[in-house]
Amino acid sequence: MPFIPHTPQELREMLAVVGVRSLDDLFADIPPDMRPKHFNLPKGQSEAAVCAMFEELAAKNRPGMTSFLGAGFYAHHIPKAVDALAGRSEFYTAYTPYQSECSQGTLQAVFEFQTAVSRLLEMDCANASVYDGGTALFEGAMMAVRATRRRALLVDEAVNPVWRAMLATYCAGLQLTIKTIPQENGMSRPAALSAAVNKDCAAVIVQNPNFFGVVADYAGVFAAARENGAFGIISVYPVMQGVLKTPGEMGADVAVAEGQSLGQPLSFGGPWLGLMSCRKEHIRQLPGRIAGRTTDGDGNTGYVLTLQAREQHIRRARATSNICSNQALCALRALIHLSLLGPDGLVRQAEHGMALARFAAERLTALRGVELLNDAPFGNEVALRLPTGAEGLVAGLMDRGCVPGYPVGRHYPGMENVLLLACTEANSRNQIELLAEELGGML
Amino acid sequence: MKTIFAKSVPGRNACQVDSDAPAAAHMLPAGLLRARPPRLPQCSELDVVRHFTRLSQRNYSVDANFYPLGSCTMKYSPKFTEYVASLPGFARLHPLLARLERGEACAQGALQCLYKAERWLCEITGMKAFTLQPMAGANGEFTGVSLMAAYHLAKGRRRAKILIPDSAHGTNPASAALAGFEIISIESRDGMVDPDVLSAVIAEHGDDVAGLMMTCPNTLGLMELHLPRIVAELRGADALLYYDGANMNAIMGKMRVGDAGFDVVHLNLHKTFATPHGGGGPGSGPVGVNARLAPFLPAPRVAVREDGSFYLDDNLPRSIGTMAPFYGSFGVVLKALAYMLRLGGDGLARVAEYAVLNANYLKKRLEDVLDVPFDRLCAHEFVASAPEGLRALDIAKALLERGFHAPTVYFPLIVRECLMAEPTETESRETLDAYVEALREIVTQGKADPRALAEAPRNLPVHRLDETAAARRMVLTEDMG
Repeated sequence: MPFIPHTPQELREMLAVVGVRSLDDLFADIPPDMRPKHFNLPKGQSEAAVCAMFEELAAKNRPGMTSFLGAGFYAHHIPKAVDALAGRSEFYTAYTPYQSECSQGTLQAVFEFQTAVSRLLEMDCANASVYDGGTALFEGAMMAVRATRRRALLVDEAVNPVWRAMLATYCAGLQLTIKTIPQENGMSRPAALSAAVNKDCAAVIVQNPNFFGVVADYAGVFAAARENGAFGIISVYPVMQGVLKTPGEMGADVAVAEGQSLGQPLSFGGPWLGLMSCRKEHIRQLPGRIAGRTTDGDGNTGYVLTLQAREQHIRRARATSNICSNQALCALRALIHLSLLGPDGLVRQAEHGMALARFAAERLTALRGVELLNDAPFGNEVALRLPTGAEGLVAGLMDRGCVPGYPVGRHYPGMENVLLLACTEANSRNQIELLAEELGGML
Repeated sequence: MKTIFAKSVPGRNACQVDSDAPAAAHMLPAGLLRARPPRLPQCSELDVVRHFTRLSQRNYSVDANFYPLGSCTMKYSPKFTEYVASLPGFARLHPLLARLERGEACAQGALQCLYKAERWLCEITGMKAFTLQPMAGANGEFTGVSLMAAYHLAKGRRRAKILIPDSAHGTNPASAALAGFEIISIESRDGMVDPDVLSAVIAEHGDDVAGLMMTCPNTLGLMELHLPRIVAELRGADALLYYDGANMNAIMGKMRVGDAGFDVVHLNLHKTFATPHGGGGPGSGPVGVNARLAPFLPAPRVAVREDGSFYLDDNLPRSIGTMAPFYGSFGVVLKALAYMLRLGGDGLARVAEYAVLNANYLKKRLEDVLDVPFDRLCAHEFVASAPEGLRALDIAKALLERGFHAPTVYFPLIVRECLMAEPTETESRETLDAYVEALREIVTQGKADPRALAEAPRNLPVHRLDETAAARRMVLTEDMG
């Protein structure tokens, strides 16, 4: 029997100890009319057969095309040491570290992860992760709602539409109002955001670079938020954060990020992780697990889960969040990834993507009818206005083995001609030359 | 052990990124750049490998230790499922690819896996449809109660209250509160929901009750004997029944929650379906519903055309919206699907049989060691109290010292000095016997000299840690305190 070690003799002896005649007698407490009406599932298969089936299914996908697809989720190289280390089953077959003495590996890694996130974003502290960038944004907004006791959120329209859709769903039952401040040609409008903050506002939420790849400074927006007693919340792209002005420097109260680009495979959408950090005065509003440093009776340094009075298993309905399982293994991967890259690697990775994006912008805008959506500064992702519908163009280029980017029209009516193109170290100048050639042929 | 930051050496570099790009200062105005580079570790590759290898050795894990943590289903996670999820055809697939015109053709294998997983979970639970979007159990609970809210709203009413037994996991009330509900706690009697109490509550709040969240078998490891009456009570008030599937390992193939009258269920793929817990996550918490809640499921849903091809259906006007950035914890779903296919229907039913056998065997053998409160069959787990004069915490730490992970302690809150153990089906009799003998030795030792246990554990990297000091000092990063 796969994964069940009992021999027939052991089974008999154990049933005798329990005092029942058969395995089915163990379920005598289930009312007869609640037994399954049917349970029609195929027979089990050998490991070899199951593996072969999945190999065949995996082969039906086409991840291997040249791709400039990003839109918040990026194909970065993952050092093989990340897989080797996070693949150690001492890490991945452990549970949440409730028993700290036998979980120092996980707990110290969480503490180091919190340090890495705090230093990357230049915030005071961080938690052990939430599910993804979207739930991080929602949890950040809830921190502000609880702390300010206000019920209005101000959101920049150039925050990733995927996360804005999640925010709307998660807030549906909470009698909150979400006011969206329109972007203009892909540019966020810090002045409009600042002007819209008032005393009813719990938080103002922005993203840097924004969905369109545009880089800006939100220090003025966060100052306006502070003057009005509201939170300044920012979502960032961790790789670009290697070089960009930090949430801490801008004066954000809460900084969050989708951590996928730090060592997580794209894996068709997950599992990834949400990074969450905040200023020290908001620490008791943070959701989820937090590891802290302490000592044992002999003065040895050790790590424990701390500030648990915020959490659901203690406070139940009055907890800061319902989160229990988080993304611990993904957080470990992110930490190992950042440790292998170091400051130099992360900065180089950001610069490499930026340089390629500039090269792509230059080559593609040389084509007839292609222009930059705006003249704002950008990171490793750039929005281009095409002379024709972006959806159709993308589909046409995919037939030739290249995904040139993401057409944003589905989320922004009126921007059907806009293509969002991202570059990482998975791309090259050569790929861009070929893209320019193919695209030129189609226009 | 020093942290990776303390091991950092200025100027050292694992040389992971090679680039001839110009410096950022040549590409962006200085005002948009950070003043100094992030203070991340500067290490060689070997520095990093050795650090994390050594850290891993400071953990207990299912692969190295018996881990009978109640409510967590710490069963063995088969290795082949790791292989399946790491296949490049899955691991390198960008989720937006399927959102492009004709892009679904590039992700047919992935969409088929999602569809297949949904069908399997439907048959296992007797539900009509599933969403795989929720990214963990609690996220599934939140999705489930949001669906319940949507059901009532569609009937033109807002019902503000959700009933939750006092034995429930803390996530139940937290999830319902997060979705905007008020929680009414239902007191247990003899370890079960008291149907008379339930009737009284429904009589008082009936028009305002959205539904009841049940864990069944409950966290005491007991099957609810009054289930048919509970179902009828809720139906009578047109309120909904939520099944917390954290304990699905106890009933797979023996009871289908859809057949039993539940409207909505979440499953924990990282429990029942053997995907590893990862030191706390990632999980996956799919939610199944019956026909009356199906229209409200999150969008998009995977659907199949007549020609057998798969697509993402966004045409769901009554959907509550979107719970995940894309299709949920896809990598976790793959592992669970691989496990289901490997075991098949018979194998999945066998899982419940042997999980319940192991729990009852362990409970029986511990009856003369611990105080076991309920004299009846348990499900996949059971609760016991530390013998008079001993503390559950001391027993837990003494188990660590003997190479066993501790059971869950002090939960459920309604049991004195509680030790809640869930052995799972993958453990052998000799492991269970060794655990019994360890506990017997600990209790004997503790009864002879209660102070003897207070020192445990003495042979792990750290002794008992001062949690109060941790909360007071609040050193949460290398730069604090």
